[in-house]
Amino acid sequence: MRLPLLALLVSGPAHGYELKQALENLLGAAYPQPNVGQIYVTLGRLEKTGLIEGEDVEQSDRPNKRIYRITAAGRETVDAWFEESTAEPRVRDEFFMKLALAPHTGTADQIALINKQRRHYLNTMRDLSKLAAAEDRDNRVAQLLIEGAMLHLQADLDWLERCQEELE
Amino acid sequence: MNRDEPSGPIVRAAGLVKTHRPEGAAPVPAVRGVDLCIERGEFVAVTGPSGAGKSTLLHLLGGLDRPDSGALWLDGRRVDAYREARWAELRRNHIGIVFQFFNLVSNLSVADNVELPALLAGRSPRQARTDRAELLDELGLTGKENCTPGELSGGEQQRVALARALVNAPSLLLADEPAGSLDSKGTREVLRLLARFHGRGQTILLVTHDARMASAADRVISFYDGQVADDAHLGGSRNRPPAGVADVLKLQG
Repeated sequence: MRLPLLALLVSGPAHGYELKQALENLLGAAYPQPNVGQIYVTLGRLEKTGLIEGEDVEQSDRPNKRIYRITAAGRETVDAWFEESTAEPRVRDEFFMKLALAPHTGTADQIALINKQRRHYLNTMRDLSKLAAAEDRDNRVAQLLIEGAMLHLQADLDWLERCQEELE
Repeated sequence: MNRDEPSGPIVRAAGLVKTHRPEGAAPVPAVRGVDLCIERGEFVAVTGPSGAGKSTLLHLLGGLDRPDSGALWLDGRRVDAYREARWAELRRNHIGIVFQFFNLVSNLSVADNVELPALLAGRSPRQARTDRAELLDELGLTGKENCTPGELSGGEQQRVALARALVNAPSLLLADEPAGSLDSKGTREVLRLLARFHGRGQTILLVTHDARMASAADRVISFYDGQVADDAHLGGSRNRPPAGVADVLKLQG
């Protein structure tokens, strides 16, 4: 959360709630958004480490709000973030451990495990299709995010097929 | 028409077997004992690796291939012993088929491609024209009536093929990798249209290796090595919260 908030502040100062809205607009409804509390906590930490500066602005009808602006050190941190290459996603595959260990326990059938997992992936795929249909067509970032998740799932399903071919 | 099971399922297969016997090569078992029931209004996807026999299964259900053994009922009629002429009549009136490579008649116009099956089924030329115009309009092809298939994009050709398959209001629509030669936009379009016709009660059997397409169906049959490995109804459990992107991808930073 730290670096995305910093990156959003590059385009200009903002307060916490504005940053939350900017993230929501960017990613669409498909991705669960951090709550405003998490955002304030993160902003507090960024301020402590000198990557942003906060300033209280008085409001006549409401409590003061704190506007944050990025510092030179913050800019450098963002630039360094974009500069470094990003590790490929690490898939946490508990399913594979189940599949590998099933013959040792004698209680679970590998093909039954594969079938169950395929049903789960297909249902997830179906939910993602619905999300894609519900998401604003013109929000290209959000559409690409959903498509990325679907392609990962497609790879998982292809891999299940391979497991089935090998184990049947 | 002789109907053994007037109110039964659209498709019922029992013990279907088909082995391909290419000349000078070893026989290839493609479908190895399939029992299957498809109810009226269902949208069923058959998925599995290439070579699993899923297209052969579709060909058996559409009478494009004959089973070596087993029984098959379509909309209550026992059809496995039908000869080609009766199958042709059955397909004309009751089964629509969409293929990966569209299989349109290349020297006929779009309009004629769609009207031809209606005329063959005994519709008056006027009725065939009306039905064709309605379908092409629905599929966003108004203005393309006089084009030949070669003048259209892949996605447009597949929509013409879909119009042709649906013009006689078949009780069963068979689709064999209908997006297999389309780009992602064409794929989405075909999916959207299949879902729309299904929403109006069209029974559909879709063969695909693409899980995104398969997940649009209500029921997915996983086909391996000529047999049904799994038969799953999707979206069944009401108490399961819908999955989101975060269930698949974790965004960090």
